Amino acid sequence: MAESASLDAVTCKGCAGEQPPIDVEAIRADFPVLHQDVRDKPLVYLDNAASTHKPLAVIDAVSAMYLRDYSNIHRGVHTLSQRATAVYENARERVRCHLNARETSEIIFTRGTTEAINLVANSWGRVNLREGDEVILSELEHHSNIVPWQMLRESQGIVLRVIPIDDDGDLILEEYEKLLNPRTKLVSVSHISNALGTVNPIAQILRMAREQGVTTLVDGAQAVAHKPVDVQELQADFYAFSGHKIYGPSGIGVLYGRKEILQDMPPWQGGGDMILSVGFEKTIYNEPPFRFEAGTPNISGAAGLTAALCYICNHGIRRIDEWEQRLLAHAQHRLREIPGLRLVGTAKEQSCAISFVLDGIHAHDVGTVLDMQGVAVRTGHHCAQPAIERFGLAATTRASLAVYNTIEEIDALAAAIRKAQEVLS
Amino acid sequence: MDLKSLYQEIILDHNRHPRNYGALEGPSHEAHGHNPLCGDQLHLTLVVDDEGVIQDLRFEGKGCAISTASASMMTEHVKGRPAKDVEALLHEFHEVATGKLDPEEAQLLGKLKIFAGVAEFPTRVKCATLCWHTLKSAVDKGATATTE
Repeated sequence: MAESASLDAVTCKGCAGEQPPIDVEAIRADFPVLHQDVRDKPLVYLDNAASTHKPLAVIDAVSAMYLRDYSNIHRGVHTLSQRATAVYENARERVRCHLNARETSEIIFTRGTTEAINLVANSWGRVNLREGDEVILSELEHHSNIVPWQMLRESQGIVLRVIPIDDDGDLILEEYEKLLNPRTKLVSVSHISNALGTVNPIAQILRMAREQGVTTLVDGAQAVAHKPVDVQELQADFYAFSGHKIYGPSGIGVLYGRKEILQDMPPWQGGGDMILSVGFEKTIYNEPPFRFEAGTPNISGAAGLTAALCYICNHGIRRIDEWEQRLLAHAQHRLREIPGLRLVGTAKEQSCAISFVLDGIHAHDVGTVLDMQGVAVRTGHHCAQPAIERFGLAATTRASLAVYNTIEEIDALAAAIRKAQEVLS
Repeated sequence: MDLKSLYQEIILDHNRHPRNYGALEGPSHEAHGHNPLCGDQLHLTLVVDDEGVIQDLRFEGKGCAISTASASMMTEHVKGRPAKDVEALLHEFHEVATGKLDPEEAQLLGKLKIFAGVAEFPTRVKCATLCWHTLKSAVDKGATATTE
């Protein structure tokens, strides 16, 4: 099995130790898609909270899988199946390492964060939540961490409680404390807000829940590419993230679940690979994580996910975070200089998303005029309608950063915004 | 394509100063339009006389420059026309806005042809057509139009 090309391609060189700051031009050289013109202007890609681009290492890992090693995984006795299985299970080990989970059995592959949360709602939720039980969410949540619980409210009669945010976009922890009560069974919150960029004090939020014996789920979709995550240190019960937001492929994501909890959870989808034996009278389910992975998974996606995690790891998540914080500070400074621009979300600690509105100009017009200048941003409610409506808005423009963005690109964004004001006012 | 070809002066002018803005009292027809993509809302009130002619109409709501200008220009364009023409107008407007019909070949649109510029921005086509779907829904006696 050592001859697996895609496995060789994605071998982690180990986490970066002390290293000089990020060389952004070297990073950019790894991302072919960035080097193009859009509408005759150099592409400035600032829609990274929606999805990130992929470095060559990821593209090559996916490609190597299809060029040489692809087959269905598990159970195959032939060589290709064994290679593909090795790549797939190696990905599980890479994720375990990245999140510092204790065991690979705690790492479940899903289609993404959305499916991971739905898995918890449908498996853990259906067994553990009864009528009148309470689930605490926050006002910052992405729709993917709201709707699955509303669906459970319809079927199980659970009650949803919402931690409010203040005018800066920070969660009001005093209100959260009041919401916790003996009926609370789950706290499910995002690590970082996709709409406002708020970095939630997640360790404190989880600690407060734990002290009341409440199970916890963290939506880490916006965190894993930007911040170190250690599920043991956090003592999270569940932690979810998506491959495509961390420079990996779309269609693969992860649910980390603490072993003791996963052991007692029933499967949520039935099919191949999630069973030990099947008979028409009796079927015996497989152990975690396989119990939760019915059907043929995203095999090449796992190869790409490994490469993406190694990419982050090799460059060092702390160095990435430092660079992004520099970009963020520059962006906040440049945007604040623009008359008629209001930042939406000014939390104590922010990560890579910056939302703003321009006086008298609709976000969609801003988005189009920016696109015409090669600047890709997102406009609308960012699938976090309650958070945006909290500010009395229907839509914002959101610029979101990744490690490959530059100071010059931030300046280009600011210039494009001024141009939009000139054209549209 | 430069910025000005989509955001032409006439569109910006109608956005800054929408015509026929507000609501008619005692309308014979009305409808509500909604674009779930951006949350834009539009309410149309009409007075259609016994001959089936749109005597008056007004719109109100919140939207982007494209949707506001499109609604404003639409009200000017259809006032005084038979309600039965709305379907053909919607059809031609949609064809032009989606790039399926050369604006030079449009027969019914007059200065509304400038919305041909949105064809290059597929996600913005709905902004321009929301008011037309809402108008169609109003004259068909429907209540709510969406761009979905």
